[in-house]
Amino acid sequence: MKAERPAFGSRAVGVTRRLVLAAGALVGTVAALFGGRAALAQAGKAAGTDAEPLSDMLGRLFQKHYQRMSPDEVQEAVGRIERRAKRRYEADITVGTEPAMAGVVFGYALNISKCKGVRKCVEACVAENNTGRDSSMQYIRVLELDHGDMNLNRADHYYEAETVPRPGKFYLPVQCMQCDNPPCVKACPVEATWQEPDGITVVDYDWCIGCRYCMAACPYWARHFNWNEPTLPAEALNTDMHFLGNRPRPRGVVEKCTFCIQRSRKGRQPACVEACPTGARIFGNLLDPNSDIRYVLENKTVFRLKEDLGTEPKFWYFTD
Amino acid sequence: MRTLTAFFADGLREVLRGGRAYWTWIGALGVVILAGLVFYARQLDQGLITSGMSDQVSWGVYIANFTYLVGIAAAAVMLVIPAYVFHRDDVKHVVLIGEGIAVAAVIMSILFVIVDLGRPERMWHMIPGLGRLHFPESLLAWDVIVLSGYLLLSVAIPFYMLFSRYQGHEPRHDVYFPAILISIAWAISIHTVTAFLFSSNVARPYWHTAVLGPRFLASAFTSGPALIVLALQVIGRRTPFKVQASVIGLMTLMATVALQINLFLLGAELFTDFYFRTEEVTAATYLYLGLDGANRLVPWIWSAIVLQLAAATMLTVHPLRRRGVVASVACVLAIVGVWIEKGMGLVIPGFVPTPLGEVFEYTPSWAEVFVSLGIWALGMLIFTLLAKVAIPIEVGALRSRAAAPPA
Repeated sequence: MKAERPAFGSRAVGVTRRLVLAAGALVGTVAALFGGRAALAQAGKAAGTDAEPLSDMLGRLFQKHYQRMSPDEVQEAVGRIERRAKRRYEADITVGTEPAMAGVVFGYALNISKCKGVRKCVEACVAENNTGRDSSMQYIRVLELDHGDMNLNRADHYYEAETVPRPGKFYLPVQCMQCDNPPCVKACPVEATWQEPDGITVVDYDWCIGCRYCMAACPYWARHFNWNEPTLPAEALNTDMHFLGNRPRPRGVVEKCTFCIQRSRKGRQPACVEACPTGARIFGNLLDPNSDIRYVLENKTVFRLKEDLGTEPKFWYFTD
Repeated sequence: MRTLTAFFADGLREVLRGGRAYWTWIGALGVVILAGLVFYARQLDQGLITSGMSDQVSWGVYIANFTYLVGIAAAAVMLVIPAYVFHRDDVKHVVLIGEGIAVAAVIMSILFVIVDLGRPERMWHMIPGLGRLHFPESLLAWDVIVLSGYLLLSVAIPFYMLFSRYQGHEPRHDVYFPAILISIAWAISIHTVTAFLFSSNVARPYWHTAVLGPRFLASAFTSGPALIVLALQVIGRRTPFKVQASVIGLMTLMATVALQINLFLLGAELFTDFYFRTEEVTAATYLYLGLDGANRLVPWIWSAIVLQLAAATMLTVHPLRRRGVVASVACVLAIVGVWIEKGMGLVIPGFVPTPLGEVFEYTPSWAEVFVSLGIWALGMLIFTLLAKVAIPIEVGALRSRAAAPPA
């Protein structure tokens, strides 16, 4: 052991030189990073995609929460979305902002004795809702279970079969339950997701910060994150959109089933209901005593998934 | 005001003064930080696809480190309580070092949340008024408040103390003592809120347990003091700052008791889970035993348990604990053990199986690893620089030229 240790921080020689070097390295790296991005942007321009106008970019960056926008600001936001889609897909899209209809609360019922597991609902949902194709995001997951078993931990999520239904199996499609007491809404730190008066839980994709706390909170695995830029071929784009529904989503935000808000608020059935070849899916207004959904609830034996959690799903399962 | 400017100028001069060892350390940290920045830039460019996370396991090593570091952040309270509540002068002497660790740890934990965000440029959405902070419903909103508040306290109190001493007078008790009391309660709150962030989720039975909060405290009060012990030993050896053996002894004892409690609570949890296994125990089964070949976390969690048991044994036997080397080794084991347990060991099984019963495993990507290392290096840099300035002020070597010479 040395008798005298040099005191910590005693030498000042060459400090300036080191500092200059360090600063130089930092500036160089940052410049390289941004330079690279600028070059990429240039390449994009050459390929024919126009750059976003500065006013649009600023408007997008400082856009308010959907519920706090004035009607004019909503229209400006819609304009930005439509111009962006034009640049990106060269498509003319219509982004609606239809509010919830008075006296309507949507509910869903699914007949598991009719479901054969063909997954037509999944395909229709993807086509309708413009979900990312690269990421193969799907709002509906059809679980294959053995007869006599309702333990989801034993379900097959990725069954592949020549013909369905497979013997001894039944099918349980799961999607957003549009809970009346939604844990996801409670979890969101910025109120980017909320329940609309017609009972649909929606996301403002321009407000979501991408923390994914709602995904941890959802007991039905109904929320999905855009890990990369959601892309789809321009010709596959469904141009009939809603601000809170199937409009193009940015990367880094969460999205989910909205009971096809772009359809249901215009009195149409969700795409999954229309696509089901066996008629297993029933959708309608829970407040209308003459609706099909009310008929099912009043005349069939129904159950809901994980009812013990108290989330009050507005999505029921029933059997014939 | 002029004194304040001089304070910062002197501080900066102090930071820029150092020998070869100092600059090598700073340089090495700088390289790791730069590597982290490069990978973070890539993540910003391509999205979180550069991570190993998925819709199934939607939080990974970022949130794991965040959780662990919140525990470390409150470590300072284990110095503050004996120093200011029980008036231990030997501890009072080193409180600032604990505060330095707290500042570095809070900044790291906040950064770990920021790098986990899909849209970091929208963070202003959390500012009340300008944005919409979902308080008090969202536990994440609570966490934003308690963490930023704790950062403020951990910066303000030591700053006031140091600035007073720099000017050559002692800090005023009636100014700092109320702040210290608030900071004690606040430190407990950051653990508790972070535990509730997880335990509030009915969707995730693995987290949904009342013992999670107490276990957070126990494990944090293990790893926090253990880290302080190591930091104090390094500082005691490498700087003119003297650390009394009694402080090390007290900190080690605290880590020991907390570790014993943590292991007891772990046992209580394991018993309740495994005596009669319900379906809700599938996640714990995945963690401790594996599920049909899906067993990536099994060696991971068992190494945490073995490390903690070994540390507990070494620390519980008095003659062993009193030997400096043994205590230091035990502290390292405890720190690593808790990091595994209160990191990935806590976060990942919450997602396996998914609420729909799918078993999908997670491994961090290299990008996540490098970004995480970058944040750790930044935290160490912050602590180094803070200590570099605080120590000469504490030992009286750095004083305002306007201040009266020390008596």
